[in-house]
Amino acid sequence: MSAVTYVIYAFLTINIVFNLLGSFSLHRFPDVYTRLHGATKCTTFGTIFAVLAVVVHAAYQLHLTGDPKYLQMALHSLVALIALLLTNPTGAHAIAKAAHLSGYKPAKAVIDAYEDKLRGGAE
Amino acid sequence: MIAPEFFYAAVIVMIGAFLALLRVLLGPSVPDRVVGVDTLNTLIVAGMVLLGAAYDRTIYIDIAIVYALLSYVGTLAIAKYLQGGLE
Repeated sequence: MSAVTYVIYAFLTINIVFNLLGSFSLHRFPDVYTRLHGATKCTTFGTIFAVLAVVVHAAYQLHLTGDPKYLQMALHSLVALIALLLTNPTGAHAIAKAAHLSGYKPAKAVIDAYEDKLRGGAE
Repeated sequence: MIAPEFFYAAVIVMIGAFLALLRVLLGPSVPDRVVGVDTLNTLIVAGMVLLGAAYDRTIYIDIAIVYALLSYVGTLAIAKYLQGGLE
């Protein structure tokens, strides 16, 4: 057990905790917007740490064996991470806007600023 | 199996993906199901990257990249359909 192994275990633990929190938040929150909030943020953060664990593992194997396959593994994992980081918040925003425009209002909401803005624009 | 810790992490991530799938099946409204599908896609990308490290195959990670981009396009298409076409 080297120090790198402990770093990988720590990253994997953060990944598991946040991904499971994101999945549970789908069942614990009352409406679409809060579910989107919990699920998107938690799973994005958890996936960052999953990819970081893979990158640390691949860099350590590259250091040990010198096989260029591991360099490829680290770089492609980073590309997957960048694709996810760019697309995930954009998709969540699109879902929230579409849900509001198609008539699903936030549960228990007191102030709905987007609704006011839409009404103001229509009048 | 080269690295069992990555394999078990992928198994637990897939349990989370099953919970998201449960939301897709149960979800009372259509946006709830779309949120479930979006979470499911993110978790599947995470699990596929972890499995790529576990089985020592880089091709799994390439598939994860393509899956992330295609699921993004799918989510945007469903969102546009939901809000009633292009504005």
